[in-house]
Amino acid sequence: MTALRLLFLVAFGLALFIAPLGQGNYIIYVLCSWLIFSISAMGLNLTLGYAGQISLAQAAFMGIGAYITALLTMAGVHWIVAVFCSIGASFVIGLVLGYPALRVQHHFLAFVTLAFTTLVFLVLRNEDWLTGGSLGLVGIPRPVFGPFDTMKQLPFYYFTVVCFLITAGVMAWMLHSPWGRAFKALRENPIRANSLGLNTTRMTLLAFAIGSAMGGLAGALQAPLVQFIEPGSFTLILSLKILLMVIVGGSGYFFGPILGAGLVVLLPEMLRFTDGYYLIIYALLVLVVMIFSPHGLIGLGQKLLSSFKPREERGDLKQGAQL
Amino acid sequence: MHSDTVLSVQDINKHFGPIRAVNGVSFEVQKGEILGLIGPNGSGKSTLFNCILGQLTPTSGGVQINGKSVAGAQAHELSKLGIGRTFQQLSVFPEMTVIENIIMAGQEHKGTMLTRLFGKSDAGLTGEAEEMIRFFRLEHLRDEKAGSLSYGQQKLLDAAMAFMAGPEIVLLDEPAGGVNLTMLQYLKERLITYNREHGTTFVVIEHNMEFVMSLCTRIIVLAEGQIIAEGSPDEIRSNQQVIDAYLGG
Amino acid sequence: MAELLQILVSGLSAGAIYALAAVGFTLLWQASQTINFAQGEFVMLPAFFVLAGMTIFGLPLWAAILTALVLSLVVLGAMFKKLIVEPMLPHGTLPLVIATIALGILMKESVKEFYSAQGQPFPPLFPQHVINFFGASISIQDICNLVVAFAAIISLQLFLGRTRTGRAMQATAQDPRVAEILGVDVKKMVMYTFLINGALAAIASILISPVYLAKFSNGETLGMIAFIAAIVGGFNQIKGALLGGLLIGVIDNLAAVYVSAEYRTAIPLILLIVIIMVRPQGILGTPEGRTV
Repeated sequence: MTALRLLFLVAFGLALFIAPLGQGNYIIYVLCSWLIFSISAMGLNLTLGYAGQISLAQAAFMGIGAYITALLTMAGVHWIVAVFCSIGASFVIGLVLGYPALRVQHHFLAFVTLAFTTLVFLVLRNEDWLTGGSLGLVGIPRPVFGPFDTMKQLPFYYFTVVCFLITAGVMAWMLHSPWGRAFKALRENPIRANSLGLNTTRMTLLAFAIGSAMGGLAGALQAPLVQFIEPGSFTLILSLKILLMVIVGGSGYFFGPILGAGLVVLLPEMLRFTDGYYLIIYALLVLVVMIFSPHGLIGLGQKLLSSFKPREERGDLKQGAQL
Repeated sequence: MHSDTVLSVQDINKHFGPIRAVNGVSFEVQKGEILGLIGPNGSGKSTLFNCILGQLTPTSGGVQINGKSVAGAQAHELSKLGIGRTFQQLSVFPEMTVIENIIMAGQEHKGTMLTRLFGKSDAGLTGEAEEMIRFFRLEHLRDEKAGSLSYGQQKLLDAAMAFMAGPEIVLLDEPAGGVNLTMLQYLKERLITYNREHGTTFVVIEHNMEFVMSLCTRIIVLAEGQIIAEGSPDEIRSNQQVIDAYLGG
Repeated sequence: MAELLQILVSGLSAGAIYALAAVGFTLLWQASQTINFAQGEFVMLPAFFVLAGMTIFGLPLWAAILTALVLSLVVLGAMFKKLIVEPMLPHGTLPLVIATIALGILMKESVKEFYSAQGQPFPPLFPQHVINFFGASISIQDICNLVVAFAAIISLQLFLGRTRTGRAMQATAQDPRVAEILGVDVKKMVMYTFLINGALAAIASILISPVYLAKFSNGETLGMIAFIAAIVGGFNQIKGALLGGLLIGVIDNLAAVYVSAEYRTAIPLILLIVIIMVRPQGILGTPEGRTV
């Protein structure tokens, strides 16, 4: 199993490096987009798949990250500094927003984040002096690291890959630590976890804030990718799209959001023929997934796989039955 | 108050509208005791249990652990104060392995948030967890998912998890429910052994009379939200009021 | 002074309609732990039942309204419970919340694609003149809306408090297990709650559409406002939802006059965040015991 996993990881890494070779700029742009949304969706997965809370503010955090990075880099600050400001700001705002909402139960966070997304949009649109209003910000520079200039599409892609791999690595490491175990416990049985000494409210808040910070990071990458941002790009619809990525891919699975992001980024291409019915199909898709496979495609795949595998007879089960 | 008092319950009342589920219950539990809390259905023992564990806020009255009031404390705070508990329904982390379940049960009592983020993956608990697994003879299931265990095995795991943080007092919520006879004997033997070896205090809520009588050192009987009898298993067995409460229902 | 009176009346009138949606929202939560993210769309849709009845089937207004009411009970009440809520509740509230978000989008986009993307004029139910009251112009329609909405809520309160079925429903909302022991048919009571929510949504829809036009996107703000009203007033009480609805109606109308147009929509959102920070149980709410 571990050898298989390693092989899969190596193949995935190789594919990431080979994928853009010989492709046109548009394909490379779509690939960058996929990686950036994967980061954002991995963040939401922490909130949704582990802490079991719905955040509808992932788009707002991407917006916050994108605007902070855009404003700072346009003022001549290096991207490296800007990205940490984006991540830090998103994390802190996540804490401040999540704290009151999580003191009360009943999925208040979903509504508070819904309100927050609208508020962020209003501020971005109305505060022209800072954000350029509904016209947005144009001419966001792409970062330069010494001799490595990401101005061209291919170097920018590799820059995105590096950011993605670092994020995935940090995420994997965190999930491997006792925090990761606590996140899993939170998902599987929060009441039991609480009785074992886990401060579930605090852990949920942390999951939300870290997830939000990853949204900020995704925004900090989105800004130099598109080089033009406007308030309309960070509305509720985008939050719902990111939510779909996590759910369709498989919430609570490490690779779920990455798979989901790939599908959702490509979905408009696939559904182009459907015209205005895109959102109707989207909604039906979510309903079908929720009714038939609440664990998404990866969950479905695992279920199918285990139903094909012959069940090994376990002696201990018989022994256990006697106990 | 006795100097060895671990848990002290003082005049607890819990009313749901006109229904007085618990009506002025007081008792104390001494260190190392195995106290049984019994009563017919609807006698208020589950409500009382939930008041002690902070799951319900009592209408009036207080609970003290080692002389400290725990009013308003949340479950994780109670755990930090040395109170462990098991659950009536199966309560493990089904997708995690047995050893992971037990490590989870101990890790929040080790170090701080930060050391847990940057420290070892097992929080240095593998050795201790394996010892606990051996104590309940679950070695052959160490790396099985908890959800795939039999009912009785999950009950053992539940108890192992409650003990992992080294609590002073453990509240067991119907440990015998749904467990077959062989397993029941085994569970009882393990609980008594643990009590002798570690001096841990137990409070047990139970329906199964046979189990309570042979496990507990002292028994409190509740009926209609009040204590109607208290004493050793033998005294309780011959108490006319208790017999009436059970038969008269 | 006259202006303030004018704002107060139109605010209360809008607020009473919000309260209908908020009360339904609260009832659903109490009876079945369903947080209905599609509540706004529930209020948007019945108006289109009426319009479709009139334009497509040529029904007179009263018949179209009656049909819409029945359709709302069937679609928004019974079918919502049977097809969406029931299969999903065993998986916990999370999938259900996501499903109601999707349901809201489905309803909104379907109206947009299959009926119209434009706001539709809706026939007024009440005379539209304005009377002069101490210098304030007060619309008869506002007064009538206020009266009808209040009548609906008061009769609901009476039903819940004074009838056997109503009391059984309240017992179910408080603790379904205890209600079951007391011999209440819990399943039936939950179904009644869904039907009542459907009816409340239909009444709100028919009252509000003549004021604002019937539009597919009406649910976006209505849903948010219903939720905010429920939280602000106190999530576990009908009285709270009523108070919250009225309050938001008045505040929103005040904001329309005294706050810049850009930030008018932000006012209820800020109110929500402030309330959750300083008084999470709402104005009239009592802190709930922690659930087991």
